Amino acid sequence: MAIMEVKDLVVSYGLINAIKGVSFKVEEGEIVALIGANGAGKTTIMHAVNGILGKAGGSVTFHGEDITKTPAYALAEKGLTQVPEGRRIFQELSVKDNLLLGAFSVKDGKKIKETLERVYGIFPRLKERANQIGGTLSGGEQQMLAVGRAMMSNPVMLLLDEPSMGLSPLFVNIIFDTIKKINESGTTVLLVEQNAKKALSVASRAYILETGRIVKEGRGKDLLNDESIKKAYLGE
Amino acid sequence: MLDFLTTLINGLSLGGVYAMIALGYTMVYGIAKMLNFAHGDIIMVGGFALLIVCNATGITSVSLIVAVVVCMAVGILTEILAYRPLRGASPLAVLITAIGVSYLLRSIAQLAFGTEAKYLEINMGTIAIGSFRLSVGTLVTLLSASLVMVLLTLFINKTRTGKAMLAVSEDKDAAQLMGINSNRIIMITFAIGSALAALAGFFIILKNPFSVNNTMGAMPGIMAFTAAVIGGIGSIPGAMLGGLALGIIETFSNSVPALNPYTVAIEFALLIVILIVKPTGLIGKKKREKV
Repeated sequence: MAIMEVKDLVVSYGLINAIKGVSFKVEEGEIVALIGANGAGKTTIMHAVNGILGKAGGSVTFHGEDITKTPAYALAEKGLTQVPEGRRIFQELSVKDNLLLGAFSVKDGKKIKETLERVYGIFPRLKERANQIGGTLSGGEQQMLAVGRAMMSNPVMLLLDEPSMGLSPLFVNIIFDTIKKINESGTTVLLVEQNAKKALSVASRAYILETGRIVKEGRGKDLLNDESIKKAYLGE
Repeated sequence: MLDFLTTLINGLSLGGVYAMIALGYTMVYGIAKMLNFAHGDIIMVGGFALLIVCNATGITSVSLIVAVVVCMAVGILTEILAYRPLRGASPLAVLITAIGVSYLLRSIAQLAFGTEAKYLEINMGTIAIGSFRLSVGTLVTLLSASLVMVLLTLFINKTRTGKAMLAVSEDKDAAQLMGINSNRIIMITFAIGSALAALAGFFIILKNPFSVNNTMGAMPGIMAFTAAVIGGIGSIPGAMLGGLALGIIETFSNSVPALNPYTVAIEFALLIVILIVKPTGLIGKKKREKV
């Protein structure tokens, strides 16, 4: 059974339907990528799935449970956590406080400590800067912090919105390597990306979005070699 | 010299009251992103609760506890009934609603108790060291306000709920993604602000036994709002600093006969000057532009 299933999702901004009936599935253990140009509706889908935006139609199920109307704050406890677009770390709080807030839905203090050590293991840089204020980190470090913060809730499934945005090629590689590692340790990943090449190279499957509709679907490797995709998204 | 010391202590004590009220304004602004102009009237609610329970039982401590509980309840109710349905509405709609709530509370009090000031004396006596005399009430006010400020600072910076408040204040959506229920955090903020307003009401009555009437929160509310803006609205240390500064200026200005009639004008002039020189207030931070 799919861990997440989105059916006929419609999202409107006023009279305009930004998402016009999108359906997709994420199987347990997969990395699924949603690829599309600016304005294709990738982030809107993310916000509708996580409950920040209201949905005009359709349904979202997670682990067989209908979460269409579940408020955003209740999802972390269910094991669904998001790394938002633009990182959105708490700029005025320390790195450690940012991470601990990521564990807000976890009640067990011992588990929080263990997870914190695990995140420090994945990102040693965050441990070095534990007491530094979030806003003083570099963009790449802030992205590490955003991913680490999401990991603090021990998610079953991680939603990543444009994790490579504004990062140097070096950090893009670090972040994508980490996504792969997190996935290999058992976390399902739904990834929204403009960097199609990177996303397709890690994704088990991908959906191509154009102006609020899914126009193509396939395995990451196959789409990487697809002529029309190459032309439109890979700049080849 | 002794006069100076007395005036300074009186100023700090008044400033402490302003700071307590200003904290309510600034915390609600920082976390719910709204100006709660009904905040001053919560003081009045507390004043009447104190009056009624004091007259019935004669026990000050019980009256104070009841006043705090009543104010917290009224604060939470106004948030749930009046402000929560407007989450995401234009700031102007929320502002006008807050003014509406303010008039509603005042009018209910007027219907129930009339407009004339009620007498409620809470006497704690005076201490005298040689020719130096000071009312115990003033001292208690000053110490309580300091204690409240220390405890609140520790609560915000050290506890889970406090840090969640900082997170919601900085980025509500990101905080929700962490599993923080922002409506619950906003409710807690209103509860804390209202409890501080009840305390402030108690100290206002301590200073002047003829305080309780349906508009008793109006002037302290405006002065505390001014203090919050001077310190930098949204900033907790700013509200404390602004409150103390305003209290000291007001008390010293009142103690000089030539300045006395112009005290309020001086305070608002200070507000204008600070807004011109540093629009974000003394400790207020510039909003970072999101890229």
